[in-house]
Amino acid sequence: MSTGRVLTHLVLALGVLLFLFPVWLVFAASTQEAAAISRGELSLLPRLEGLAIYPQVLAGTGEGAQHGAVWRMLGVSFAMALGIAAGKLVVSLLAAYAVAFFRFPLRMAGFWLIFLTLMLPVEVRIIPTFEVVADFGLINTFGGLVLPLVASATATLLYRQTFLLLPDELVEAARMDGAGPLRFLRDMAIPLSAPNTAALFVILFVYGWNQYLWPLIAVTDPGLQTIMVGIVRMIGIEGQTYWNRVMATAMLAMVPPVLVVLAMQRWFVKGLSEGGA
Amino acid sequence: MSERRTVFPGTALPVLLLAPQLLLTAVFFLWPAFGALTASVQRSDPFGISTTFVGLENFADLLADPLYLAAVWRTLVFCAAVSLLSMGAALLLALCADGVVRGRVFYRTALIWPYAVAPVVSAAVWLLMLHPQIGWLTPALEALGIAWNYRLDDTQAMLLVILASAWKQVSYNFIFFLAGLQAIPANVVEAARMDGAGPVRRFATILFPLLAPTIGFLLTVNIAYSAFETFGTIEALTQGGPGQATQTLMVKVYRDGVVNLDLGASSAQSVVLMAGTMGLILLQARLMRRRGDAS
Repeated sequence: MSTGRVLTHLVLALGVLLFLFPVWLVFAASTQEAAAISRGELSLLPRLEGLAIYPQVLAGTGEGAQHGAVWRMLGVSFAMALGIAAGKLVVSLLAAYAVAFFRFPLRMAGFWLIFLTLMLPVEVRIIPTFEVVADFGLINTFGGLVLPLVASATATLLYRQTFLLLPDELVEAARMDGAGPLRFLRDMAIPLSAPNTAALFVILFVYGWNQYLWPLIAVTDPGLQTIMVGIVRMIGIEGQTYWNRVMATAMLAMVPPVLVVLAMQRWFVKGLSEGGA
Repeated sequence: MSERRTVFPGTALPVLLLAPQLLLTAVFFLWPAFGALTASVQRSDPFGISTTFVGLENFADLLADPLYLAAVWRTLVFCAAVSLLSMGAALLLALCADGVVRGRVFYRTALIWPYAVAPVVSAAVWLLMLHPQIGWLTPALEALGIAWNYRLDDTQAMLLVILASAWKQVSYNFIFFLAGLQAIPANVVEAARMDGAGPVRRFATILFPLLAPTIGFLLTVNIAYSAFETFGTIEALTQGGPGQATQTLMVKVYRDGVVNLDLGASSAQSVVLMAGTMGLILLQARLMRRRGDAS
């Protein structure tokens, strides 16, 4: 091997380690005693008997459990991420289909309105959004958690691009067969944009799962607390932090989105880099 | 803007299909944006009973407030540092990953999965590394003679939030840089190699110019990420402290609006942020068009 190639592998190995090592440390810490971590005695070796912290954290039992059962938080985060992803996919697909396959008055005006406004992240308009959601009486509801995050210009843009590239012959053939626009949508447009849908699902699921600010202010009911809000509450500001519980919860919070990314990596990478989401 | 040649007839159906998205836009964007604009030119008494129209006074107050101006400057420094750090690391890794044959799939997967890591989880990870009491790296820093305590030291706190925010973003940038590098025809690079150009020269004269559209696009995405999505990271690590050392504009909007309930000031801040983001989006739209032309 040339020195250049050795150097390349060395840089890559360091890069891999930069991400894997901290996560290993989180895992090791989760299995140690809270008091030992607080004293600064963090071992790189996980304690086998410390794995018992996982069922305890999930069930919300054991020492330092005042923040509630993590399985519930996982459930809320999962439902929220799925709701956001599914909602965004459906809404964007229909809107993009309308814009790409029809000509109607104010079509492009509607499209640009969606494009310009919805790329503003929810964080920017957080307080006014809170007031609108409060006016609807949706604070502390699942709908209030999901709906403001559902509108998405990125997905609409990506679907529109795909639809524009569908060959004209397909549409002509469908029309000759007497297939209307809804049938074409079901039999052609949706199946043919499946790779797109898969990529967007990963992006949107991760986006939904990782939300923090909106769930923090839209929900005060502990039954609707997401895992991200739960982690920050467990860290607390001062005083006694049960670091093993924090780290076990952080591990649990990492597993679902990482699995989704790994399972759908191929479509995800292609869709992300081509669409610029 | 390109269009389809063949389309379906009708007006009612497409309007119906577009309606859900337009409705969501109207309710969760236009209405709140309008609300923010209205609130930003009003002032309410402490009990929220009466509001008076004050024109641009809230904005004038903002611009005269040294704390706000300091937060603007701090946010710019933070965004620049996070973007440069995460894009620099990602570019280096992508350049290496583009060249390797052996271990290709492994390296790629191992560098892509962190895309899924949440800002809050990233904060938990870096607490474990650099917390003054429990941090795994803290004893090493102290052995080097560095008195490490980001809860007291402004600069250290800023370094910590920059590090935790950039770490989480490397994967995203890596994916785009790798795709950008793979889109460059191999024979272009090969020709340069035959001409005797070394790796540094090849990068500077060929790869970098060809990657320029990707870099421009990523820069806008990274600035937006650093400005908004890092809220969870900062909140979990330092809550904007010590003092206001890590209080970015986003953290300040949250403090003023949600915690201190000063809606007029907070709405004016939201309006300024919206205007800034709009500018960034228009810039991005321009860059994306250029990026589209290049491919």
